[in-house]
Amino acid sequence: MTLTAETFDFVATLVRQRSAIQLERGKEYLVESRLAPLARSAGALDVDAYVRGVRADVTKHDVVVEALTTNETSWFRDLNPFTVLRSHVVPDLVGNGRSTMRIWSAACSTGQEAYSIAMILADNFPTVRSNIVATDLADQVLAKGRSGRYTQLEINRGLPAPMLVKHFERQGPSFEISSALRSQVVFRKHNLLDTPPAGGPFDIVFLRNVLIYFDVVTKRDVLRRVRGALAPGGYLFLGAAETTIGVDESWERVPLGPSSVYRPREGNVT
Amino acid sequence: MKALVIDDSRVMRRIVSNILVDVGFETIEAENGQVALDQLEANDDVALCCIDWNMPVMTGFEFVVAARKRPEWRNVTLMMVTTEGEQDQIVRALAAGAHEYVIKPFTPEVIVDKLQFLGLVDVKESV
Repeated sequence: MTLTAETFDFVATLVRQRSAIQLERGKEYLVESRLAPLARSAGALDVDAYVRGVRADVTKHDVVVEALTTNETSWFRDLNPFTVLRSHVVPDLVGNGRSTMRIWSAACSTGQEAYSIAMILADNFPTVRSNIVATDLADQVLAKGRSGRYTQLEINRGLPAPMLVKHFERQGPSFEISSALRSQVVFRKHNLLDTPPAGGPFDIVFLRNVLIYFDVVTKRDVLRRVRGALAPGGYLFLGAAETTIGVDESWERVPLGPSSVYRPREGNVT
Repeated sequence: MKALVIDDSRVMRRIVSNILVDVGFETIEAENGQVALDQLEANDDVALCCIDWNMPVMTGFEFVVAARKRPEWRNVTLMMVTTEGEQDQIVRALAAGAHEYVIKPFTPEVIVDKLQFLGLVDVKESV
């Protein structure tokens, strides 16, 4: 079964309006696979029939947007950014007199990135206080992040065993992160196209594997807002396939060890 | 690089071996801890052992304890791959000298993630 153009266009427009995420033609499979479970649980014949129902029922729009904007995530995803955080970024900020790190994990999904950052800080910089704000569009993933509970499958993804035994406790079938780490992370609902969340200005912003979904105008707009929320001397981490180059020239790409970070150019007027 | 896959299930040995071969390992196999010790004696170029816990003759835990008594094998990375997921078992295995711990069931990415931060496979950032 393939989706009708009408269904796809409606969903793409809805997702674009609510999240600024661009679903190009050719992403029909994504819409189909993400909405099929919703259609099934609603008792609809297929995704087309489900979406016809959703069009008439505004209360269902959020669920559809959530289903299409939730990303897979793992602990210490791609590793290198976290290596650089430990080896360069936090030491530099500490050297510049920071004793509290304000960190924004944007599009945090279920919180693995935010808690990975918290673990790096707790294990390597025990005297540094950290306030981490983790934001996402989807209520469902924020609730999960807040709970700090992960299944065995989720725990398997990228979490070093020594960190598992140090920072988690088994609770029945799942693992729960320590209350000490949980208290360092605040989860908030936030759209990247809105004013940056409270808790800033931020010394470090993780905005990884999000910009790839946006068109260039939206990318520029998001980067401008992030720059406004960054503390002087702050650092921005992007995904490996993302860059500010050719999008927003007010950022400078700084290669650090195995990875790169972005910093506002000196003397730039926002 | 050579890896030793230790599991009493032939199917599981093949699953783990296939994942390792895909990321560039050459693999050999053992169906219990004792055979694994013999394999290590015979192959001085093993860089990684993937170890099931519950096996006849000699368990994976006993293998880890025995292997860690041999200084010439100290550079061999030991990774448990087991259904045993209780926290105290993970703690025991790490204390005995295992470096990593994968709880079954797992996906290939799980193994590859672990090999990356153990430094046995190059890190490729995902898109």
